Amino acid sequence: MARRATPEVNAGSMADIAFLLLIFFLVTTTIEKDKGIARQLPPKEPPTDEQVKIKEKNLFIVNVNRSDQLLVEEKLMELKDLREAAIAFLDNGGAPAGSPEYCNYCKGKRNPESSDNPDKAVISVQNDRLTSYKMYIAVQNELVAAYNFLRDRESERLYGWKFTEMTKDLDEGKIKGETAKEALQEKLETIQKLFPQKLSEAEPKKSGQ
Amino acid sequence: MSKFTKKKSSELPAISTASLPDIVFMLLFFFMVVTVLRDDNLLVQNKLPKADQVEKLKKDRSVYIYAGKPSSRYQDKYGSEAKIQIGDKYTDLSNIKFALTEARQKLLPELQDKVMVALKVDEKTNTGMVTDIKQELRDLNMLKIIYITTPGNEVTQ
Repeated sequence: MARRATPEVNAGSMADIAFLLLIFFLVTTTIEKDKGIARQLPPKEPPTDEQVKIKEKNLFIVNVNRSDQLLVEEKLMELKDLREAAIAFLDNGGAPAGSPEYCNYCKGKRNPESSDNPDKAVISVQNDRLTSYKMYIAVQNELVAAYNFLRDRESERLYGWKFTEMTKDLDEGKIKGETAKEALQEKLETIQKLFPQKLSEAEPKKSGQ
Repeated sequence: MSKFTKKKSSELPAISTASLPDIVFMLLFFFMVVTVLRDDNLLVQNKLPKADQVEKLKKDRSVYIYAGKPSSRYQDKYGSEAKIQIGDKYTDLSNIKFALTEARQKLLPELQDKVMVALKVDEKTNTGMVTDIKQELRDLNMLKIIYITTPGNEVTQ
């Protein structure tokens, strides 16, 4: 009998295994994408003497001091209560029934001492220069959350879906077709008009320096 | 018996290398998938604050600004005061405009007016520094900004 070489291991299935692994990793890993809170800065304008008058009751003042403590409407507050307070303020609808400012979709307490309607309501945040960035973002996050909560509520009442979920779908390109996109955009804008995001930021105080 | 003797006399069989390319390809694919391409070499500490009411960033039209204390290996040289980084180097507040204009020119021409500034600021930085950056951005008329955060919530944790 002649010397026989050892039979070679069948490597045919190796490619299959490699592809299987490749597909597994392709499916499971998500490419990291940065996310954050988007803001539009006010454009630089020459100073004018004209003063925009906002009634004090339509203004919700949030003060953050250098040791990261919150002063909301002249009262000390914990960060966890800020969202509720902002929702109560925005949703108040204090204008009396029958007046042009009356807010028919507000579900708040209708306290005449608080905001007239969501369109008039302005939230003003004032920071100290030594406030930590962490606190600054936490406060912004809570205030945006208050707006999102109210917008979600209204979009569910009007259209039966959540504002935040639909915005996300639109961003991710889950909505197909131009007409569908435009129709959705229009609806989203309607909701945005019901609760326009009016967040103002005052120049930080220099007291911390 | 004769079979045994025959085998012993044969040389050591060579290990098949047919599957080696596959293994190499597999490793290649794996690293291709998991590595995140990083454009900038971070010179500052960058622990981002937490937030959950977030939007996605469109990477093709954004310019990054980093801020924070210098990383530990640069602290001997640059001290521990918070600094601003654009691109691969530290930038002074007065130099931001120049650095940003330069960074904007690297974007696609049709996206240059829609530029969005992504602020990656360490959570321990003072808000004053962020305000200064924002003032510079207003001067430059780059009004769209986004504060990059990590998922989470400050209240529940």
